[in-house]
Parts: sequence; structure tokens; C-alpha cells
Amino acid sequence: MNWTWFHRLGSPPHAYRLAQRLTPWFAWPAAILCLLALYGGLVLAPPDYQQGEGFRMIYVHAPTAWMSLMVYTTMALAAAVALIWRIKVAHAAAAACAPIGASFTFAALVTGSLYGEPMWGTWWEWDPRLTSELILLFLYLGYMGLRAAIEDPQRADRTSAVLAVVGVVNVPIIHYSVSWWNSLHQAPTVMRFGKPHMSPAMLWPLLVMLIGFTLLFAALLLVRLRAEILARERNAAWIREELGA
Amino acid sequence: MPELQHAALGAPDAAVAGSAAPRAAVTLLAAARLVLQRDLTLAFRRRAQLVQPLAFFVIVTMLFPLAISPELARLREVAAGVLWVAALLASLLALEFLFRDDAHDGTLEQYVLSGQPLTALMFAKTAAHWLLTGLPLAVMAPLAALSLGAPPAALPGIVVSLVIGTIALSLIGSIGAALTLGIRRSGVLLALLTLPLSLPVLIFGARASELAILGDPIVAPLELLGALAVLGITLAPLASAAAVRISLE
Repeated sequence: MNWTWFHRLGSPPHAYRLAQRLTPWFAWPAAILCLLALYGGLVLAPPDYQQGEGFRMIYVHAPTAWMSLMVYTTMALAAAVALIWRIKVAHAAAAACAPIGASFTFAALVTGSLYGEPMWGTWWEWDPRLTSELILLFLYLGYMGLRAAIEDPQRADRTSAVLAVVGVVNVPIIHYSVSWWNSLHQAPTVMRFGKPHMSPAMLWPLLVMLIGFTLLFAALLLVRLRAEILARERNAAWIREELGA
Repeated sequence: MPELQHAALGAPDAAVAGSAAPRAAVTLLAAARLVLQRDLTLAFRRRAQLVQPLAFFVIVTMLFPLAISPELARLREVAAGVLWVAALLASLLALEFLFRDDAHDGTLEQYVLSGQPLTALMFAKTAAHWLLTGLPLAVMAPLAALSLGAPPAALPGIVVSLVIGTIALSLIGSIGAALTLGIRRSGVLLALLTLPLSLPVLIFGARASELAILGDPIVAPLELLGALAVLGITLAPLASAAAVRISLE
């Protein structure tokens, strides 16, 4: 099999141009799917018989929570690839993931809190999922803090890559210990969302939103990746050619 | 004396790649033991450093009666949590000593160049660190626990949970300390990196101590704590060795 396409991905100019070319192919479908899902979720879907109109928060909350984990996994994968094969572009991709993931995590926490107020009657509940999400936010902040604290860019790349890999081993452990802790301390009075037996009319906007958010992440990642490559290669000759300066 | 031991650490034929294989099993253990011995010797020559985390632990536990209430009945309810938060913070504080001096005087570079697997040497260093900070914390804990109103019957359980838990804390902390090597004023960053990863240890450790105070069997959380310690022993030295290597590049 011919592997040159894979090796070319590791070359900054090639990755830059590819990212530039691919961005609209992710951004436009993301925008269309998100708008479609918003219309489906906010207008077409019937109100929930128990949660009323408030349940519509799930159309933003669940996809952001899902993305917060997926971005972390992507970041750790990119970091592992970069560590093992010493690919600079993969380091740049991991660096580009972190702020996006932190933003999704923050959005998941805020929407979760807004969701909790009408459903549970409190803005914050030490629910295992909310707590794990908060810890995930700290993992992102630690990763970004470590990256920012090391001046030498190559050392910053490789050190934070080790942290991302350590973190991804720990995320499941943290999640399960938090749910174990919670089941011991908290009486099951809080509303359980169980496995969603959602009617198709409610479910399809959620699934469309999930796909839309995933594409949105891909588009944001490509844009940030280009910015990372530009910053890292700012003295390279090909950039001057590329920008026509 | 440390210089002599550096010379002894290097496997004589390690410079020729691959030729050290047959003798590695023996020299590896010897090298790890030398690292352990050296760290213990150095620590006992600077005893003030050993006492500081312990004093910090006692001060933090003392803050809670002052801040909450002097009633033992109320303190007993939070005693397990207070002990574990104090132990977690004290072990975090002690992490600064783990690699800092060795990074400054070039000892870590010698370890990397010695031809011995860095993972084993990191494990030995972490073991020394646990003997010097984790174990004393566990031994001190009964005093703090009694002052917070824990019944004497709970003390063995609290000590056992802290002995196992501090092993895991030292190992997790060694990763954080290795990652922040060479960063000036890394204290807050070290806390930000290490504390989220330590939360499972806190959860199971505090649970075991709480059950001990209530007089219930503590086997279940202890087993989970043990599992975390074993996982840490297996994986943490790998990660900290990788981080140390990167910091020296």
C-alpha cells in the first residue's frame, strides 16, 4: 500500500493547505445541521410530559457534554501519535484541540446548571455527571496551563502530550469513582434521566445536533490548526509564498 | 558519597547498545537500591525538610476545629474528609522535593545516562519519597484523628487506608512533579495537574476512613484503593520517566 499520503499529512505546508481546503466542507454542513436540529428541537418536537418545555435544553446540553469527552479523546490520540512518531503537525492538532474542548466542557457545565434549576430546583447538584464534567474542565485547564508554562515550544509539545495520555487513562477511573462516591452519598431522590426512551419526534433533532456539533468541532479544529501552524512556522519560507508577501 | 554512587550506577558495558542485556536483571535491582539509599541518606541529612509536610498536615487539621466548631460530635462527622484533604495537601506540598534538587545538580541527567532503565530508577525515587513523606503522614494520622473525635477503634483502619492511599498519591504526584520540572514557580500548576488525577484516591481513602470511624467493615474501599496503588506502581514510573527524559532534552 502507498503510504505517501500519510507522510505528507505530517508536513506543515501540506497540512495547512489541506486544512484550508477542507474547512468549508465541514463548516457548512455543521451550520445547516445545527440550524435544522434547532428548528426540530425547539419548534417541531412536542414538550415532554414530565419536564415540559424545559427539556429542550437537552438539545444543546447533551451534544456539548458528548463533545467535551470526544475532544479530549481526539486530543490524547493526536498527542500519542505525535509522541510516538514525532509528528509536529500532530502536536499542533493536540494544542488546537484543548481550548475547543475546554469551551465545550464549560458550555456543558453552564447548560447543565441551567437545566438543573427547573428540573432539580438547584443550580448545582453533586450529580456524578456534573462532577466528572467539572473535573474534566480542570484537566483541560491543567493541560493548557502546562503548555503555557513551558517556554521552549518543543518541550511544551512533548510534555503536555505526556499529560494528555496520562489524563486519558485517568478519565474513566475518575468517572467511575465519582459515580461510586455519588451512589453512596446521595439518596436517589434526584430525578434520574434513565436510558432515554425518547419518541422519534424528540430523538431525531438530538441526533442531528450531535452530528452537527461533531462537524462543528472538525471545522473549528481545522481553523485552529491552521493558526497553530502559522504561529509555529512563522519564519518558514513557504508561509511567505503562501500569503503572497 | 553520591558521586561515588553515580559511578557505580552505570552498567560498565551499557555504552555498547544491547550488550548489557544478560546482566540487566542484577544490576537493575542494585541500581534501584542505590538510588533509594541515596535519597534516604540525603533526606536524613536535611531533617527539617522531612518535618515540614508533617507540621503542615497537623496545622491543616487544626484549622478545621477552629473554623467549624470545637464540638467533637460535629468534628467526628467530617473527620475522615478533613484527614484526607489534609493528607492530600501535605503530600502535594512535599512533591516539590521529589525531583527539584536532583534536576538542579545534574543527578537526573546522570540517571538518564547511566544505561539503567529510567523507569526503575524513577520507581526507586518515588518509593524513597513515599517512605519519607507518605508513611510518616500515615503514622501521624492517629493523633490528628483522635483530636477530631475519631474513636480509638477506628485508628488501625485509618492508618491502613492512609498507608495504601499515600502510595498512590506519591506515584500520581511523581508524574506531576516530573512534568513540571524546569518550570519556575510551578507550585500552583503542580496542584492543578495533580489534584484532578488524585480525586479517586481521595474518594476511596476518605470512604474507608469514614467507614472505620463508623465501625463498619472497610474492605471494599481498601481494595479499590489497593487497585489504584497497583495501577500507579505499574504505569506512573513509565510516565514520569518519559517526562523526565523530555525535560532534559
